[in-house]
Amino acid sequence: MTLLVIIAIVTLASALAAATLGNLMHAALNLVLSFLGVAAFYFFLDAEFVGLVQVLIYVGAVAVLIVFTILLTRRDEEKKNGLPWGGVLVAFVVFGGLIWAIVKTPINSIPTPHLATLPVHRIGQILMTDYVWPLQAVGVLLTAALVGALILVMEEKP
Amino acid sequence: MDLDQIFVIAKQQVLAWLTGAGASVGVVQVISSLINIAAVLAVFLTLFALISVIERKVLARIQNRYGPNRVGPFGLLQPVADGIKMLIKEDIVPRRADAIVHFIAPVVMCAAATLTLCVIPYGRNMTPVAIDGGVLLFFAAGAPAELAVFMAGWGSNNKYSMLGAMRAIAQMVSYELPLLLAALPVVMITGSLSPDEIVAAQGHYSFGTVPHWFAVTPWGAVAFLLFFIAGLVESNRTPFDLPEGESEIVAGHMMEYSGFKYALFFMAEYFGMFAVSGLGVTLFLGGWTSPVSWLEWIPSYIWFFLKLSVLLLLFLWIRGTLPRLRMDQVMSFAWKFMLPMAFVCIVAAAVWHYAGRGLIGWVWSLAIVVVAYLPLTKLLWTGKQFAVRQYRFAE
Amino acid sequence: MPVVSFFLIISATLFCIGLMATLTRRHAIFILIGIELMLAAANLNFIVFWRYDSQPHDHPAGILITLFAIAIAAAETAVGLALVIAVYRHYRTTQVNSLDQLKG
Repeated sequence: MTLLVIIAIVTLASALAAATLGNLMHAALNLVLSFLGVAAFYFFLDAEFVGLVQVLIYVGAVAVLIVFTILLTRRDEEKKNGLPWGGVLVAFVVFGGLIWAIVKTPINSIPTPHLATLPVHRIGQILMTDYVWPLQAVGVLLTAALVGALILVMEEKP
Repeated sequence: MDLDQIFVIAKQQVLAWLTGAGASVGVVQVISSLINIAAVLAVFLTLFALISVIERKVLARIQNRYGPNRVGPFGLLQPVADGIKMLIKEDIVPRRADAIVHFIAPVVMCAAATLTLCVIPYGRNMTPVAIDGGVLLFFAAGAPAELAVFMAGWGSNNKYSMLGAMRAIAQMVSYELPLLLAALPVVMITGSLSPDEIVAAQGHYSFGTVPHWFAVTPWGAVAFLLFFIAGLVESNRTPFDLPEGESEIVAGHMMEYSGFKYALFFMAEYFGMFAVSGLGVTLFLGGWTSPVSWLEWIPSYIWFFLKLSVLLLLFLWIRGTLPRLRMDQVMSFAWKFMLPMAFVCIVAAAVWHYAGRGLIGWVWSLAIVVVAYLPLTKLLWTGKQFAVRQYRFAE
Repeated sequence: MPVVSFFLIISATLFCIGLMATLTRRHAIFILIGIELMLAAANLNFIVFWRYDSQPHDHPAGILITLFAIAIAAAETAVGLALVIAVYRHYRTTQVNSLDQLKG
């Protein structure tokens, strides 16, 4: 339980750092740390496959993408304007609403079921039988995103 | 006295003594993990030290000279001298470098490389971390290594460092796809991501002498070659070491590191080599199983380390023989040859499985692989002639 | 095993931090970082509710929707970052305040 609290503090602190730091590179690296924290939560919740996929895709691909883009669009001066209080107020209001909803719902009365560990081949089985149409749709979506991203950054021939 | 299970039995004795001496279940679990970690680190640190001197001697013999031969018998104590040198060097950090990022980069790289070593089965019942998605953990734990390379290049605040880091990441990201796709037919045929089950699926023999390793099937041989080449690239070894070639960009992303941090980068690169070779042995060469059924009395970990040594010697041999590739050659090789070939391997594996895994399936999958290989080579053919090879010997 | 509210509060906090990043930053990449944080928080919610379902089950619906959400988030990040690079090449700026040519 104490380990969970420590992981939660690390995740939230690095997410806060990623959101508020001025130095873009430090913010990106803190984002990586918060992704790793979320993956640790997945491991605690008996969803090991999702935790591994989270590290592989988010840390291995999305974070590298963000870091490369920061490199390619670098400007050396950072404008230091004041924090726009409108956005922070909206975030606090939404936070208050969500916490009120969580605290008011009597969800803790449901006892935790003892879940048998889900083997990976069961996920594969379900993906190929019941969920094959979403799988193909995600394949088409990824192809479209790949082609679209390539076209967006391709240099026009002079 | 079961020589095969000697380490497993020893560890169980230690844990039984601990439980008998009154330790709680949680403490025993922690001690068990610590024993696993200590064993992995001890074995691979020794192997790292040995490989660093063997590499220098093998390269030297290929180049017709002696390697290090002054420290200890045949120069085998050279790693001790190297270690002392690395430890007493001054640790220089550039003044305008980003101190935190510069410090953490070698640590993250070493952590990622060591984590990937933990899912490989070293012998019967000897996997340090035996989880259901072992192969996926290998690739997921290798992902922060690219970030560490980037952190090293950016944290040094140096244009050439940054250039070397970008080249290294471009190379590593491009070749991660063929690495994953070459491992995919094995996972598909076995039906599981667990390395223990993959090794168990390769443990049978035909006629007692031909092992059912995946590397003796046509799709397996091609996938093993693709996996090996992609592993060469992931470890930044020659002929793909443009990001850290000494005559090109000094040391690329490791340029501003001195002393122990450089030793950590060096160690992380070698651990990556061990991990990729270990996974190649597990996926394609049968892991800890023996090649013929009448040699099964040799312990399983001896077989594993023999196969690992063969692959590592192959790494060293290739380093001594082939010249460095240019960056655009490296990229076009990945995207124009290795990726289509990996897809063809998946199809060939499926054909082999559905044609009954016998001789007919073998012939059909060989036909598919050959028919796909010929036009792909024509695509990359540049038409250059090799010069007549000239041999020069030291007088 | 901690109660459900513990995980829900954590994911709510993560979501609101992401929301704050999206609403208050002017650099395009920070907005994308905020969107990534919000997506991660929503995925965490899915897995928490899959784990704490009232009847024991074998069906990995929560896991599958999280996997699809991760894949979609990766695709969307790729396209978003390609957009940022394309805009930077043309306008030489990444501050979203300066992209106001269509303003009426």
